[in-house]
Amino acid sequence: MASNRSKSFTKSLRENPKLQGLALISPTMLYLLVFMLVPLLLVVILSFLSRGPYGNVVYALNLQNYVRLGDSLYLRILWYSLATATLTTLASLLIGYPLAYYIARAPAKQRSFLLFLILVPFWTNFIIRIYAWIMILRTEGLLNTTLLNLGLIKAPLDILYTPMAVFIGMVYEFLPFMVLPLFTSLEKIEFIQLEAAADLGAQPWRAFLRVTLPLSVPGMIAGSILVFIPAMGMFVVPDLMGGAKTVLVGNLIRNQFLTARDWPFGAAASMVLLIGTLIVTLLYARRAGLGEEVLV
Amino acid sequence: METFAVEMCEVVKKFPNPDGGEISAVDHVDLQIEHGEFFSLLGPSGCGKTTSLRIIAGFEWPTEGEICIKGQAMGRTPPYLRPVNTVFQSYALFQHMTVAQNVAFGLEMEHLAKPEIRRRVDEALEMVQLHGMGARKPKQLSGGQQQRVALARALVKRPAVLLLDEPLGALDLKLRKEMQLELKALQMQVGITFVYVTHDQEEALTMSDRIALMNKGKVLQIGTPVEIYERPTSRFAADFIGVTNFLLGSVVELNKEMATIQLKQSEGRVTGLQQGNLVAGQPAILSIRPEKIRLSEERVLNQNCFQARVINTTYIGSDTRVVVDLGQGTRLTVWEQNKISILDKRAFYTPGQEVWVTLFPENALVLADA
Repeated sequence: MASNRSKSFTKSLRENPKLQGLALISPTMLYLLVFMLVPLLLVVILSFLSRGPYGNVVYALNLQNYVRLGDSLYLRILWYSLATATLTTLASLLIGYPLAYYIARAPAKQRSFLLFLILVPFWTNFIIRIYAWIMILRTEGLLNTTLLNLGLIKAPLDILYTPMAVFIGMVYEFLPFMVLPLFTSLEKIEFIQLEAAADLGAQPWRAFLRVTLPLSVPGMIAGSILVFIPAMGMFVVPDLMGGAKTVLVGNLIRNQFLTARDWPFGAAASMVLLIGTLIVTLLYARRAGLGEEVLV
Repeated sequence: METFAVEMCEVVKKFPNPDGGEISAVDHVDLQIEHGEFFSLLGPSGCGKTTSLRIIAGFEWPTEGEICIKGQAMGRTPPYLRPVNTVFQSYALFQHMTVAQNVAFGLEMEHLAKPEIRRRVDEALEMVQLHGMGARKPKQLSGGQQQRVALARALVKRPAVLLLDEPLGALDLKLRKEMQLELKALQMQVGITFVYVTHDQEEALTMSDRIALMNKGKVLQIGTPVEIYERPTSRFAADFIGVTNFLLGSVVELNKEMATIQLKQSEGRVTGLQQGNLVAGQPAILSIRPEKIRLSEERVLNQNCFQARVINTTYIGSDTRVVVDLGQGTRLTVWEQNKISILDKRAFYTPGQEVWVTLFPENALVLADA
């Protein structure tokens, strides 16, 4: 009886592609359901509760956390986070594009080595790499010593523990996430397309603007999203490199959960970050996606 | 002073070899292409025809030698400054642009006024029978239509010379035949010099005013389709163009334009037109096309007439292909045109039948056996 049932299941699985698809993704679905959707729901619920006097959670539904986030202090933090993430994305794009272009146009043998170099930093813990940057940027650090010895500056530059340091650290951290999708996009462009452009009278820079750039839009979109989203939630870099001066929304959330023990307020801030990031990303992807449809 | 549309002077192109050496993809190619001519570069893959085309287009620079277009030495002029345009084998259409944008691209590079561009794009699309398709993306078109877009995109620039790199290679046979005729008609209509690269000898014969036959980087023979087919000057040319029979031997007698060779595999001697300068005693081959051999039941000539046995026959509708054995395993393929119905017994040869094979000397060529 049981074997009959399993046989008929195997049979219907074999004959039904939809069922096959479902069977294939169900482990992933299950994983996401348990470890992603459930905690997220908990955070949603938490954000409508409030903090008790001893850091405990009071189970009474209210909106006061969200009202509190409307305070200009927090709005400024949100705005500052958005600006930092946007600037980080733009800088990664500007630095990453020539790099990705160079790798995509390199001979096949060098290409895999160059890609390997892009991935090498991931072998070392992120925190350690941030400390390496601190060593470079601090007042008696590598950068200042070198510039002083070369006589290029008279007094050491104050970079560490400024927004500039946060910016440098974040661009550094997220650059590979921009380079890799850009590379994939640029590599797909056949060289003959550029030959065709040249043949039709386009100087190299015009061929770049009219052919290469539009065809790499999908990579630019993917890279921007991959950089922008984690940049919005970043708190390690501002913590370590920005001193106490730079607070992003990521720091705010972390502090609420770990220091202030106001979990409901932290949860509300998380929700605002999540929804804000989602809106910006969707708007961007939709505009860019429309562009892509026109392009491809 | 008379100028040519394209002139290649002793052009050499060497590429580095993986083993560290160099190979000459193009080896001292020297040719002149007339204004308004349909000129084909024909040869097997790797013969240097595409590299030659790319050198004219400016995608490659010659290692030695010089290219002149309309009498102007090109030197290292980049492609975007040359008065030539290319139709690529893979079309290389811009996938992110519409058909009309593709065609307009070259004109925009010339900074023409918008109305002028629109007018010429419409004109060009009409010329290749793609009127009303301007708003589509290349991917929405069939292979044949994409081919036409590539053609329109290049022709709209009104180049001095249009370069075509196996443009029909990706199309199916029927469409290819149609496009051959259409391309030829188009070329006559616009009067632009076409330089056409192909490995398809039939295509080259159908369309060209003149053909340059290439092999291993060298030009072996330049001539009209008739000259190339009827008077190949080398064994390679005779073999590559059409179908031919070879009889091996050595030269025993030279008489004005005729040469007689002693066949290697039999006692017989055979005479044909002398191609190139031969000397007595040198190894030579006699080349004769299958449609030029005459089969008969009685002897026709005193010379060049051999008794043979029919090995097999293949009926292909317009022709019957007959394989005959001259003895000692020397076989010839003969194409008998079916001028009368093959159901008529007189027109039919059967395997095992004894026949006379006549190789008329004026239809046979004696070539040096290189």
